[in-house]
Amino acid sequence: MNHSADVVIAGGGIVGAACAYECARAGLSVTVIEGAIIGGGASAAGMGHIVVMDDSEAQFNLTLLSQQLWSERVAEMTDGVEHLPCGTLWVAADEEEMAEVRRKRAFYSQRGVPVEMLDSRQLAEAEPHLRPDLAGGLLVPGDSVVYPPVAARWLLDRCGARVLTGVPIATLDDNGATLEDGSRVSGGVIVNALGAKAARLMPSIPVTPRKGHLVITDRYPGFLRHQLVELGYLKSAHSAGADSIAFNVQPRRTGQVLIGSSRQFGADHKGIDQPILSRMLRRAAEYMPRIGSLIAIRAWTGFRAATPDHLPLIGPMPGASRLWLATGHEGLGVTTALATGRLIADQITGRSSPIDAAPYLPARCIHG
Amino acid sequence: MAERVTIFVDGRPIAAERGATVAAAMLSAGIRAFRHSVSGEPRAPLCGMGICFECRVTIGGEPHRRGCQTLCQDGLEVSTT
Amino acid sequence: MSAPAIVVVGAGPAGVAAACRAAGCGRRVVLLDDNPAPGGQIWRGDRQQRWLARLADSGVEVRCGTTVSGLELPGATTILATGARELFLPFPGWTSPGVTGAGGLQALIKSGFSIAGKRVVVAGSGLLLPAVASLVRKSGGSVVLIAEQTSAMNMAAFAAALLSRPEKLAQSAEAALSLLGVPYFTRCVVESFDGGRVRLRRGNAIFECDTDYLASGFGLVPNTELAALLGCRLLAGAVEVDEFQQTTVAGVYAAGELTGIGGVEKSLVEGEIAGLAAAGAVDEARALFGRSRRARRFSAALNRAFALDGGLRALPRDETLVCRCEDVSHSRLKGLASWRQAKLHTRCGMGPCQGRVCAAAAQFLYGWNDQSPRPPVFPVPAGLLADPGSFEGEPT
Ligand SMILES: Cc1cc2nc3c(=O)[nH]c(=O)nc-3n(C[C@H](O)[C@H](O)[C@H](O)COP(=O)(O)OP(=O)(O)OC[C@H]3O[C@@H](n4cnc5c(N)ncnc54)[C@H](O)[C@@H]3O)c2cc1C
Ligand SMILES: Cc1cc2nc3c(=O)[nH]c(=O)nc-3n(C[C@H](O)[C@H](O)[C@H](O)COP(=O)(O)OP(=O)(O)OC[C@H]3O[C@@H](n4cnc5c(N)ncnc54)[C@H](O)[C@@H]3O)c2cc1C
Ligand code: FES
Repeated sequence: MNHSADVVIAGGGIVGAACAYECARAGLSVTVIEGAIIGGGASAAGMGHIVVMDDSEAQFNLTLLSQQLWSERVAEMTDGVEHLPCGTLWVAADEEEMAEVRRKRAFYSQRGVPVEMLDSRQLAEAEPHLRPDLAGGLLVPGDSVVYPPVAARWLLDRCGARVLTGVPIATLDDNGATLEDGSRVSGGVIVNALGAKAARLMPSIPVTPRKGHLVITDRYPGFLRHQLVELGYLKSAHSAGADSIAFNVQPRRTGQVLIGSSRQFGADHKGIDQPILSRMLRRAAEYMPRIGSLIAIRAWTGFRAATPDHLPLIGPMPGASRLWLATGHEGLGVTTALATGRLIADQITGRSSPIDAAPYLPARCIHG
Repeated sequence: MAERVTIFVDGRPIAAERGATVAAAMLSAGIRAFRHSVSGEPRAPLCGMGICFECRVTIGGEPHRRGCQTLCQDGLEVSTT
Repeated sequence: MSAPAIVVVGAGPAGVAAACRAAGCGRRVVLLDDNPAPGGQIWRGDRQQRWLARLADSGVEVRCGTTVSGLELPGATTILATGARELFLPFPGWTSPGVTGAGGLQALIKSGFSIAGKRVVVAGSGLLLPAVASLVRKSGGSVVLIAEQTSAMNMAAFAAALLSRPEKLAQSAEAALSLLGVPYFTRCVVESFDGGRVRLRRGNAIFECDTDYLASGFGLVPNTELAALLGCRLLAGAVEVDEFQQTTVAGVYAAGELTGIGGVEKSLVEGEIAGLAAAGAVDEARALFGRSRRARRFSAALNRAFALDGGLRALPRDETLVCRCEDVSHSRLKGLASWRQAKLHTRCGMGPCQGRVCAAAAQFLYGWNDQSPRPPVFPVPAGLLADPGSFEGEPT
């Protein structure tokens, strides 16, 4: 059962699928190896919020390109991708956070991203279930929501890549992958897109799992209209090392409400951490008092692949000749998957890219 | 003799014995569709014991409550969807 | 009152027996159940029941209408008695109003549904079918026929096994008598239901009849979700226990249908053993081992007699829905590799029943065996998840 391809992609999450899609479209033969189920890793556990971010110029460029690519693709995708063009509404609780709203507005506007500032009353009209005393918010209408496992599956089905599922990879090397059943897949380029598990097979990659909790409710159509994110989010969520929670709720096209979010370091078991879950849900209820009465169907956890500088690792692995990385997307990998695929395919084929690839190159933090 | 209570389903009064569940009272009153499924099919109780969620109705303003796990109380407002 | 409370989840026969015996040893006992009243499946609405009377005098703290989500802080000693649910198999028309479970119809009648003057076809498999038919008759409805999928030969073998269980025989004889005149067909299955018309196949013959209700159930499935969430090992779909009803997790006992389908006798004796063992009355528990072994033998015979015929897999058509919460059809599922793949790629099992209906059907239809329950084991308001309390603490 040995075979070879131009590009071998390890991992069939949204990132691996997007890499496969772009490489196949660039004319390369592609094999994807997924140990479990397509889209069944972090891609199934996350929120699927496609969001343009402003925390660094590099993150902005990557997320904006991705958002553009998503809006081109979703038109073709199957209904199961559950695309919902709901926009993001950044919620400011007080005047201090309104200052952040104004800063964000300036940032996005200067770069051509349409945004709209809401005062307290407009915010209440936009989201009637928010508590009434909030200061305002910033609406980014171009952001949206998808269901990543089905998107991953669509990308792979559409591009015609060869997909091997069910047998995990035991080792990765410069020539290919050896699977746990002993079979061998070799390739011209090997891409590690194993998400939060990327470092298991390549221990020198600085990717650590960052745990998150989510809760989904039954269907309440109209309860929520936008993805709502509190503006305390950036302050608290990225504070290195400490566990944090934030009000981050999402309308699904099904009418369900997805309630997030939490970030933990050093938690390596998949189970629910009740204290974190409680804090997260209480925070949500502080912003939306009615949320506590919605019927919750399930709670689960997932792991983000975090890097020291919060930027993904996209490009050749320093010190290796044919091993590449496409991982470390932390809490934005659904958004940035499409641009990641594009950058990988561009670099492999020597094409030019719509954005500068340098900020994401692994060489910035891995020395071969 | 068992005490009678009245519940209101979509505004319509329905008499039931105290101790009967909302699902039982609604079925006895001839109500066929408790809810509509995600593709629009009418649905009614299947399991009678709280596990299938086909008997979901709005009870006292709260959506998605199981009619088979809720006892009738005088004046209870129920709505189907 | 210094020893921590023993918490019993499920107030059916197993849970009630466990609670009463543990309380009888002088322990504080808390009994939790999702239903509005104690009794579980068989004693639903039955206020005369001897064990329920005993429960009322036992000093056990009974908290009905309390859904255990699995996120609560478990107590030092927990007895799980979460019982079983019906196995529903999809056939064309099974999602129409008018089609209920077999035990489902029984439960609805016991909860106050008036079936008087209505016609009912009872179909599926197991001892529940005659019991349901008999209740329908007693309640003023008429039973058109009973369609049992197993063969007369399997039934005969079972009847022989029953002879060693006189009280069971008496029970089924009573049911049989009250059903005099009701056609009881073996090897007979419902092929479809359409607006009050039922199409059946008996051997190779196809026939139709009219009915107001079709009550269809194919036996029972243990409710193992909570046990699995607490880490108890399962064996062939049931919770693995030792002779003292101790699971593979220290301090967690299991009794009744969730350790294997076996009916009320098995639930009672296992509940008694669990209650005694949990309270430390080891010798008294051991004295019941003989009864419990007999109940297990009965259970094995029962499961052999009503084993499901593989032909039932051919009942759903392509467009027949398998997942009723998310409306996922047979055609979208039949080519998939696993339950998890079905969930992720089609939303099958992702609705509020959390796969309680479709997962067991899918396991039978497609052979998928990879379910792993996630909390909460029952949907509950999000506010409750924020504050689930503890098994023995005040309900929130
Ligand atoms: C709680 C939470 C919320 C999030 N919210 C968002 C959001 O709103 N927006 C957003 O853009 N991002 C979000 N993310 C991040 C996003 O989900 C991830 O960045 C993204 O899914 C990563 O995709 P991936 O393909 O790299 O990883 P994965 O989806 O994890 O894919 C990796 C794949 O590799 C496979 N694999 C692992 N080891 C092996 C092996 N040895 N052999 C073979 N296969 C193997 C796995 O089975 C898996 O399928 C969130 C993440 C979490 C946890
Ligand atoms: C619908 C139905 C009808 C039946 N009818 C008959 C009959 O007529 N005759 C007969 O001999 N047998 C009948 N049976 C078989 C029945 O299982 C046994 O006779 C007997 O009731 C089993 O007792 P038990 O205590 O093991 O479980 P059960 O009686 O099933 O009791 C389990 C209890 O646990 C509760 N529970 C489960 N999970 C949770 C949770 N997470 N939180 C809180 N509470 C929970 C349930 O609500 C239930 O009350 C029926 C079974 C079913 C499913
Ligand atoms: S009828 Fe099944 S949950 Fe109520």
